[in-house]
Amino acid sequence: MAADPRGVLTGQHYLDGNHAACEGALAAGCRFAAGYPITPSTEVVERIAQRFPTMGGVFIQMEDEIAASITLQGGVWAGKKALTVTSGPGFSLMMEHVGLAAITECPCVFVNVQRGGPSTGLPTLPGQADMMQARWGSHGDYEIIALCPQSPQECFDFAIKAFNLAETWRVPVMLMMDECVGHMTERVVIPNAEDIEVVERNFTKKKPGEYKPFDAGDGWVPEMAKAGDGYNLFVTGLTHDERGYPVMNHHAQEKLVHRLVDKIRKNADKICEWEEDGIEGAEVVVMSYGITSRVAQRGVEIAREQGIKVGTMRLIVAWPFPEKRVKQIAPTIKSFVMPELNYGQMVFELERCVAGMTRTVLVPHGGGEVHDPQVIANAIIEAARGKN
Amino acid sequence: MTEVAINPVNPYLRMDRMPSIWCPGCGIGTSVNCFARALTQSKIDLKKTAVVSGIGCTGRVSGYMSVDSFHTTHGRALAFATGLKLGNPELNVVVYSGEGDLIAIGGNHFIHAARRNLDVLCVCVNNFTYGMTGGQVSPTSPATAKFTTAPLGQFEEPFNLPYLADSCGAVYVARWTTFHVRELTKAMRDALKKRGFRFIEVISPCPTLYQRRNRLGDGLDAMKYYQEKSVKKNGANTSELRIDFQSEITVGTFVDRERPTFADAMNARYKEVLGPRYVPCPDNYVPPQAKGEGT
Amino acid sequence: MTTTEIKFGGLGGQGVILAGIITGKAAALFDNKEATLTQAFGPEARGSACSAQVVVSDTPILYPYVTRPRVLVSMSQDAYTKFSPQIAQGGMLLIEQDMVKPDPIPNEAKVFGVPATRIAEELGRRMILNIVMVGFFTSITKLVSVDAMRKAVEDSVPRGTTDLNLKAFDRGFQWGEKLIH
Repeated sequence: MAADPRGVLTGQHYLDGNHAACEGALAAGCRFAAGYPITPSTEVVERIAQRFPTMGGVFIQMEDEIAASITLQGGVWAGKKALTVTSGPGFSLMMEHVGLAAITECPCVFVNVQRGGPSTGLPTLPGQADMMQARWGSHGDYEIIALCPQSPQECFDFAIKAFNLAETWRVPVMLMMDECVGHMTERVVIPNAEDIEVVERNFTKKKPGEYKPFDAGDGWVPEMAKAGDGYNLFVTGLTHDERGYPVMNHHAQEKLVHRLVDKIRKNADKICEWEEDGIEGAEVVVMSYGITSRVAQRGVEIAREQGIKVGTMRLIVAWPFPEKRVKQIAPTIKSFVMPELNYGQMVFELERCVAGMTRTVLVPHGGGEVHDPQVIANAIIEAARGKN
Repeated sequence: MTEVAINPVNPYLRMDRMPSIWCPGCGIGTSVNCFARALTQSKIDLKKTAVVSGIGCTGRVSGYMSVDSFHTTHGRALAFATGLKLGNPELNVVVYSGEGDLIAIGGNHFIHAARRNLDVLCVCVNNFTYGMTGGQVSPTSPATAKFTTAPLGQFEEPFNLPYLADSCGAVYVARWTTFHVRELTKAMRDALKKRGFRFIEVISPCPTLYQRRNRLGDGLDAMKYYQEKSVKKNGANTSELRIDFQSEITVGTFVDRERPTFADAMNARYKEVLGPRYVPCPDNYVPPQAKGEGT
Repeated sequence: MTTTEIKFGGLGGQGVILAGIITGKAAALFDNKEATLTQAFGPEARGSACSAQVVVSDTPILYPYVTRPRVLVSMSQDAYTKFSPQIAQGGMLLIEQDMVKPDPIPNEAKVFGVPATRIAEELGRRMILNIVMVGFFTSITKLVSVDAMRKAVEDSVPRGTTDLNLKAFDRGFQWGEKLIH
């Protein structure tokens, strides 16, 4: 379905990633947002607060991130597409409600403009150290989807993608930006509304009495209903059956959690997305995501100038992780090299998938700036020569 | 044939979930009974009514009501309700939870929902303790009473809930006990018809934990206490409504006033600034394709 | 030209960031180039030497930050003192000549001066000195076309001030033209 043209600012703009992410959300049909100010993410909700009133959207600045992360879920059950936006400390406070969104299969978007951590860390400078938190931050077993834009244009594009994935799979989707991408300004091209593909919510057409809100039938994802439509919905964070009724035993737990996890794991092929280049015949493959993938590309070019055969794999969707592709590539190369603005996060997932078939080399960086491309180039060169 | 009398509140309950988890003598069920009757009497559209709860014994109320039920996380019912109400202003949203949920862990959301005059009815069942977790001290626990986490007797200052709600801007504030079923039903009915942040405190017995640990007898003894020590004082100054251990309990309707709700204030402001450019929620926009104009 | 790093520095309130936005926007939207703008945020951005960094390139920009600016536009002495040592060997130093004493001149940079504040005051608005600097920058560096820069000025300044700002741009541009011819 095409986008509602009132949310689409068609044309060429010179925007930073935060403003572009807002425009992407509006184009995707987001009409509810709850937020709490936190550097370096605040521009997203500032723009939403300015833009929503002319398009039927409701924004509320809540009393804290704990509130914001569940207020948006109230908005979703009222029938809206909704998001919240935050950074490090706020993301930590939101974790319980990531779990609530997962178990209630509430389609919603969490934007995290990552900064240096832990704790208050580096509020105005970039990091990529919340990647594991995005995946594992709430207690219990569940799956989410996480996207990593590397430019303001992708902040726009991936915000739309995030909403579409949330609606398709009824999961919380994390738009994992970083301060560098959020605050850098570049050309952002916004297409015509009719050229933007938007996934609308799959509302049930069944009658009350026939409809079971958590029955996925033969598929993976149940149809949805909203409050006020006469379905007497029962939505709970407790383990529940197809009706939504709490059931406190291991059978119900197995059935529900299995589906929550498998609807993503078994469909990873449909969800995973990455860009690759020069893998065929490569000695070394550089895997990266977000802002680091741009800087890494420079490192790759330096290494290629020195005659090293380097392939690249750039994660667009970080979670679920492209395990199948990694397992294909691993036996054909000398080493994976993975630069990240952290001391090792996604590299552990890479290492797990590589399963000893080749080497994995982390190029760590504590955050606060991006990598020096030469450092990445050196790691590639050393990996090719088998030195590190 | 034997005629089985149907309890008139049954249609308001999810009978397939009965019996409830509540202990014999617990007051939560009594309050739900009053609430179901208030729903009938107020004639509000049940299809457009949602009950939101947090966690705890009272947190289970939403799941027994035969309306849209949202059983959320601990303390966050009001934050969820904020999204539900603003996302669909046509809904009647009722938040029904305990004092530990609404006032301790959810205290921040409570004061801000009242400040904003969020258009919800907030029913707080106050039984002075955390029941679900086994009888711990709560923010309303009276001094000297004993709890598992205050075994030598509570010594903190308890919250006076009507005073808190009043100070934060609630437009309707009442307190009744589960002995006062008629008054409580009427209060709920009146509150359902009103707009803005409406707060009803229901003093309720917890025979299993609070009363047993403090040698206060069973549910019937609690009723006797409420009957003997309750003083009806409509319009009482809320600052004087403190409850001490087995002390007098002032009951009544203390606040009944008008103030623009969050949505009223938002709509007025945006209309003033944006004029016809303002598109309020609910937005009844129909995309061109749905009207058959597109391809 | 492949990739050029540019830094605008000055006092908070001089319109330093806007100067950077206009340059980046001109290159990215009206000159079909790639242009990335970054800026310092937080308390450090509110001091006496704030800056906007622009990278302009014919190819996609992989490293977004400016490390060795080929062009440094300095509108205050503090900004000059703080940023001029970073300038690339043989780079260009563009200064507000009444506000900045270019001493020492690092890395054999070439210095070009314009009395931007005085020109802005002559036009009746001291605030538009940044636009005078942008015009001057356009003439001296030739990195972005005049047309693109003028379009970016129109696109970036408050409605109702377009003519005045374009006048400021032209005055800065002419000052530069006289200087190099």
